[in-house]
Amino acid sequence: MTPVTYLRADSSAAAIALGAADGHRLLGGGTNLIDLMRKGVEQPAVLVDVSGLAAPITEAADGSLVIGAAARNSDVAAHPLVRARYPMLARAILAGASAQIRNMATVGGNLMQRTRCVYFADAAGSRCNKRVPGSGCDALGGFTRYHAILGASPACIATHPSDMAVALVALDARLHLAGADGVRSVALANFHQLPGDSPEVETMLAPGEMILAVELPPVQPMRSTYRKVRDRASYAFALVSVAAGIVVEDGRIADVRIAVGGVAAKPWRAARAEASLRDGPASVEAFVQAAQAELAQADPLPGNAFKVQLAERTLVAVLTDLAGGDA
Amino acid sequence: MTIRINGTDYDPPEDARVSLLDLLRDRLQLTGTKVGCNQGACGACTVLIDGRRVLSCLTLAAQADGRKVTTIEGLGADGLHPLQAAFLEHDGLQCGYCTPGQICAAAAMLVEAEAGMPSYVTADLTAPVTLSRDEVRERMSGNLCRCGAHNGIVDAILSVAQERAA
Ligand SMILES: Cc1cc2nc3c(=O)[nH]c(=O)nc-3n(C[C@H](O)[C@H](O)[C@H](O)COP(=O)(O)OP(=O)(O)OC[C@H]3O[C@@H](n4cnc5c(N)ncnc54)[C@H](O)[C@@H]3O)c2cc1C
Ligand code: SF4
Ligand code: FES
Ligand code: FES
Repeated sequence: MTPVTYLRADSSAAAIALGAADGHRLLGGGTNLIDLMRKGVEQPAVLVDVSGLAAPITEAADGSLVIGAAARNSDVAAHPLVRARYPMLARAILAGASAQIRNMATVGGNLMQRTRCVYFADAAGSRCNKRVPGSGCDALGGFTRYHAILGASPACIATHPSDMAVALVALDARLHLAGADGVRSVALANFHQLPGDSPEVETMLAPGEMILAVELPPVQPMRSTYRKVRDRASYAFALVSVAAGIVVEDGRIADVRIAVGGVAAKPWRAARAEASLRDGPASVEAFVQAAQAELAQADPLPGNAFKVQLAERTLVAVLTDLAGGDA
Repeated sequence: MTIRINGTDYDPPEDARVSLLDLLRDRLQLTGTKVGCNQGACGACTVLIDGRRVLSCLTLAAQADGRKVTTIEGLGADGLHPLQAAFLEHDGLQCGYCTPGQICAAAAMLVEAEAGMPSYVTADLTAPVTLSRDEVRERMSGNLCRCGAHNGIVDAILSVAQERAA
């Protein structure tokens, strides 16, 4: 690890001012950044610790829930309103990492965590367009089990590893981003970027900006859940995951929201599957059709082609479970 | 500020790169806390900060400044901790390398469950928690054991959970 200076921000204004300087980086729980610094992938000169900033979880007058960026993942999952109203979010967070890591990890850091592509992490030995733009991508032709089947490009096939973000995108979450010029609100769905020709650009966060809070709009009561498929039962990243919620009225789907994880550089909102289901019957045939409509866009590699069928089956299984006796 | 470790105050290291794990083991000779992977993937380095379980390998010592750290030496300071006794009783170890991390993690896990915090395998997210074997396995999944002592570990933890509930 290269030498680094450690500072604590005592307010978000101080964090924005300190974080904006060249070579300065915000530090949340450190579970991703410290690891990448040790591996030589990240080399900030100054760390600005924002994990101690006030991070209330508050209900706004319109019923939306605002979660401070420094809130710990475990505190969000344990919050009574999150458990009662947004069960898919509580479950998605609880599906991620381990209890120790969830106690450390912040909401802001979780959204900003880097890909787990092993070639990205191998600063000494592998070429990576995300780490060194234009240098090549050693994942192509390499080990691609955890890589993208949707929205990838010849420059980069990495996935975004967050479980929490998959549920948040299905819930239409918005982010409050703060910079020197004030605060703007953006849809999480637009926040993470697909790689295209510039995989080093991962989010729409501008230099000097920080994530201040996540806002969850009120949702109508619905059955919802998060299901994660992985190589071992716990403490492993997703091969494929599904966050879904469904409202069935008289055998027809009145509302549905679906997002898929482990398949793209962003949490993937399954808009085509949702459109195919809305106002239609809640039947297994309809679920299969919807899953196929979404996955028709998939462009897998030989090493991860199995994930297309895995994603299809997981989608169908989750929707069938949620529809219960109505399917 | 200072870092309070098992009741004693220490100055944080000058070099901000020093992890809490390295501070404990290399500078304070508190070698009960173990280093496994040094990258967040095994749980051997688990300690408590302000009562919550965390990984000391991914925590900078500077981040612990002004906070209270409890290691296995602190948990066992007044004779065997009930979890230590239960691990002995139920053969919750073979080589013992993962054990300090397992015990620190278990101590915090029992408190989490008593506070009603759900896990990924909890069926009803809003109901009080009942610690089944599956619940203990999921909640302890952040601590790997190369020797495969997991059955004994789960037995030991469940026995302490039952004592505490009684
Ligand atoms: C072994 C292991 C297993 C894991 N398994 C999973 C898993 O199964 N599922 C999963 O979802 N995750 C998993 N994770 C990843 C974990 O969830 C992330 O490391 C964590 O959420 C990052 O949060 P942090 O606060 O520690 O971020 P940090 O490491 O502190 O920071 C990460 C990035 O976020 C930036 N940042 C921090 N706060 C802000 C802010 N407010 N505004 C803007 N930028 C900010 C930092 O500058 C840095 O670039 C795993 C991690 C490990 C080590
Ligand atoms: S897939 Fe992306 S992150 Fe991985 S090596 Fe290729 S360019 Fe780098
Ligand atoms: S040494 Fe910290 S998790 Fe392995
Ligand atoms: S007892 Fe040997 S690693 Fe667990």
